[in-house]
Amino acid sequence: MENLNLFIRSIFVDNMIFAYFLGMCSFVAVSKNVKTALGLGVAVTFMLVITLPINYLLNTYVLQAGALSWLGPEYASVDLSFLSLILFIAVIASMTQLVEMAVEKYSPALYGSLGIFLPLIAVNCAILGGSLFMQQRGFSSIMTAVSAGAGWGIGWLLAIVAIAAIRERLATYSNIPKPLRGIGITFILTALMGIAFMSFLGIKI
Amino acid sequence: MAEKISNKSVLFNPFSKNNPVIVQVLGICSVLAVTVSLEPAIVMGMSVIAVLAFANVIISLIRNTIPTNIRIIVQLVVVAGLVVIVDQLLKAYTYDVSKQLSVFISLIITNCILMGRLEAFAMANKPWPSFLDGIGNGVGYALILIIVAFFRELLGSGTLLGFQVVPQWCYDHGYVNNGLMILPPMALIVVGCIIWVHRSFNKDLQDE
Repeated sequence: MENLNLFIRSIFVDNMIFAYFLGMCSFVAVSKNVKTALGLGVAVTFMLVITLPINYLLNTYVLQAGALSWLGPEYASVDLSFLSLILFIAVIASMTQLVEMAVEKYSPALYGSLGIFLPLIAVNCAILGGSLFMQQRGFSSIMTAVSAGAGWGIGWLLAIVAIAAIRERLATYSNIPKPLRGIGITFILTALMGIAFMSFLGIKI
Repeated sequence: MAEKISNKSVLFNPFSKNNPVIVQVLGICSVLAVTVSLEPAIVMGMSVIAVLAFANVIISLIRNTIPTNIRIIVQLVVVAGLVVIVDQLLKAYTYDVSKQLSVFISLIITNCILMGRLEAFAMANKPWPSFLDGIGNGVGYALILIIVAFFRELLGSGTLLGFQVVPQWCYDHGYVNNGLMILPPMALIVVGCIIWVHRSFNKDLQDE
């Protein structure tokens, strides 16, 4: 129940884009049409669901203060948390490589349309951000990590697909001042959607 | 970036014409999150300048020995090492600010400015221009950060760097702080407006 609550909260209240602005770079760059946006969204969700539990295990059994006590009592005072950044990013980078190879093999069309954005997932702030929030908030079990990862991923997916859909229509139905076209209006749109998403604040199941 | 460009333009172009945030659209995540007030914005800006300049130099020094297949991981490790140093320094000397910035200092690692500049510039240029490029882009980034933070703090809490700027008699006559400015979405609107103004002066950047 608690995990379900966290899952829902991660989608709507703690939305990666509208509440923390993580993963904005690819968000702005890839949200030109719905199809690519959907592909990237799925890839990000997938990465979050995979990397969060792995990093959770790493954090609990290797990095935290006293986490190494399973090796023997003499390791109980070891605190490796200053290494967490490097290890987290290494996990994320290698998983990205793996996903990239899988996508290339099984869905060349998607691979073609995502192009350079697949490697960029490694530097998508949303994914490292997820792991860091996990560490900061001290998640209690691996299921918590999975549900938060899924929630954040789906929240990100929702946001990017929604913006892409709006931007597709903007081109035909609106007359935006010239200097504002492109990324300018995207920012303002995201802001307006962010304000809308704030109405979910305090939601509980 | 293949043609020869003068060091001066490498240093000054990113301030406005080729600004990393509003023209190259890199590193937006942190711009939005740390700009509620001026102080963390300045600290963040300086951290990015330092990390970017040194990462550029290091990568440019070893650019000929990095195998292309694993360059992303090499770059990430270099950047991560530098960020850890900055993070620990901030924790030691400015604990309050580092608390406020929370994960965003760590997120400099995945700040697209870094990867973007490393890929586009440091991998192909000598250390000295790379250093200048790092400083230039870092300052361009910090500029936007400070402008956004300036407006958000001024309009949102009536203070600058923690000092009261809006005088008391304004409040007595019914002036109210705009609470909306403190909320995250407003950062996006401020950036949107900056882009608007910037592009009306630089017509060649406009879409279509």
